[in-house]
Amino acid sequence: MTQPVLQARGLVKRYGRVTALDHCDFELMPGEILAVIGDNGAGKSTLIKALSGAIIPDAGEIKLDGKPVAFQSPNDARGYGIETVYQTLAMSPALSIADNMFMGREIRMDGIMGKLFRKLDKKAMEEFSRQKLAELGLMTIQNIHQPVETLSGGQRQGVAVARAAAFGSKVVILDEPTAALGVKESRRVLDLIQEVRSRGIPIILISHNMPHVFEVADRVHIHRLGKRLCVIDPKNHTMSDAVAYMTGAAVPEDALEPA
Amino acid sequence: MANTDSYEDVVKTRGEEKFAEFETTHKGLMGRFHDALHSTPALVPLIVLISALVVFGIVLGSKFFSPFALTLILQQVQIVGVLAAAQALIILTAGIDLSVGAVAVLCSVIMGQVTFRYGIPAPLAIPIGLACGTAIGAMNGWLVSKVKLPPFIVTLGMWQIVLAVNYLYSRNETLRSQEIEELAPALQFLGTKFTIGGAVITLGVVVMLGTVLILAYALRSTAWGRHVYAVGDDPEAAQLAGVDRHKTLMSVYMLVGFICGLAGWVMIGRFGSVSPSATTGVIGNIQAITAVVIGGISLFGGRGSILGAFFGALIVGVFELGLRMAGADPQWTYLLIGVLIIAAVTVDQWIRKVTA
Repeated sequence: MTQPVLQARGLVKRYGRVTALDHCDFELMPGEILAVIGDNGAGKSTLIKALSGAIIPDAGEIKLDGKPVAFQSPNDARGYGIETVYQTLAMSPALSIADNMFMGREIRMDGIMGKLFRKLDKKAMEEFSRQKLAELGLMTIQNIHQPVETLSGGQRQGVAVARAAAFGSKVVILDEPTAALGVKESRRVLDLIQEVRSRGIPIILISHNMPHVFEVADRVHIHRLGKRLCVIDPKNHTMSDAVAYMTGAAVPEDALEPA
Repeated sequence: MANTDSYEDVVKTRGEEKFAEFETTHKGLMGRFHDALHSTPALVPLIVLISALVVFGIVLGSKFFSPFALTLILQQVQIVGVLAAAQALIILTAGIDLSVGAVAVLCSVIMGQVTFRYGIPAPLAIPIGLACGTAIGAMNGWLVSKVKLPPFIVTLGMWQIVLAVNYLYSRNETLRSQEIEELAPALQFLGTKFTIGGAVITLGVVVMLGTVLILAYALRSTAWGRHVYAVGDDPEAAQLAGVDRHKTLMSVYMLVGFICGLAGWVMIGRFGSVSPSATTGVIGNIQAITAVVIGGISLFGGRGSILGAFFGALIVGVFELGLRMAGADPQWTYLLIGVLIIAAVTVDQWIRKVTA
């Protein structure tokens, strides 16, 4: 059996008297798209935050490529090659596409200009941004200096996914990437997700949109009451099954995929 | 997906429509002008500045359009210019600093008193003054970033505190110009004048220009500058994208405190004396905010350039001198500046709209 890329065992997170994560397990296999679904308040955001370093779990362990890791901040997780596309996209609207791609990890010029005057190597960053956008089929971008606020919702999502894919060498986490988009734009973002997967990077997809989940996911992690209820194969189950499991209307039988 | 209505199939099959095309669609002259303003926000104040210079030049002739008069403007705006550069930094982070003028006065008082009361040599007193400015800036920054108080409140309080400390510490005594000249000429160093072909420049003006240019470079071409914009634009987004919001804010507030200290030193050069009741302490903040707003920096943060703030300060200087030379009632200056402020914000709102 192959080793999971990202694995969590017995994660616990309490907020006061509320237990958001109750000994939760999680596995992400190499090269797959794993969808995480669950009702509101089931704790899936908390799980994702723990995996992306945005919160520190009270107990449990996270392993990346089999080695235990303890993220103290999103930057930590990012350092390990785990990139997250937040629902809010985390972009500065007034800054350019290239500026946003490199926010927080700018490239400095070589030599004295970079060391002493801390001058940014804008050309290199623009070149890299353009190349990354091109790789994901967003090549029609002509003006990399364009402020992000002039882009449509789908285009912004595209840039955010490109940023994650460019730097996420291990895992890309997408939080509700299609929630704010129209039908056509969602379509394009789903293509983009598959494009990223085809380059060998496993993806965690959080979504409420069952058709989207069932279309792209290889496995579906159903979260309920702070823990993993089951993992199903979308080919063997219907969307109604999934909704029934996640809302508690039905209990999954032994149909569990090996977790 | 057996029994679901595959309503999205129609989109899937209907050919590849342009999705992320960034073609610049054909825009009219107005549209292109709007685009230019959107990407270079300092353009508006520059246009206003040049127009003001041209109009006064035509009306007043060579009396106004001489190297002497034009550099006189630079000398008159040097203090406000430095304060405006500081203010611009804070406003870029979506804050506001009401204490800049008071901090500048306190720093000048500290530089003077440390020299005369404790007998510390002036070249050492100046760094002490600058350090005090930086420390006050650090306090502002900490209250804004860690305690999460609104910058307006923090600096409103700090303004009063600093003004009071300034009077208490100096015992409301003024150090006379001759005394300083005799015993501690280093304090007046920035008042040193030199002429280039009729143009009179002081070192204070050089400091102002240097401050503006260095900040312009740092904001445009370093990671720190990009972070300042990002934090001002959307702090949560910047944080998630990996920017240390606290560090960025602290660095901005401390740098602003330092620049205010610098303004204090420029003040000694300009006035010769050190007075705790210098008007800069009371109106310096408003003058700086005025320059920044006329300079097209958005009070909502994240937009504008430091050069704009500098042009804003110059515009005010040009109006003051030009109207005085034309023999107009000084109230006209204030009236026109009032109009400019409102006009500048109107233009800013228009520029912020993505499509014209």
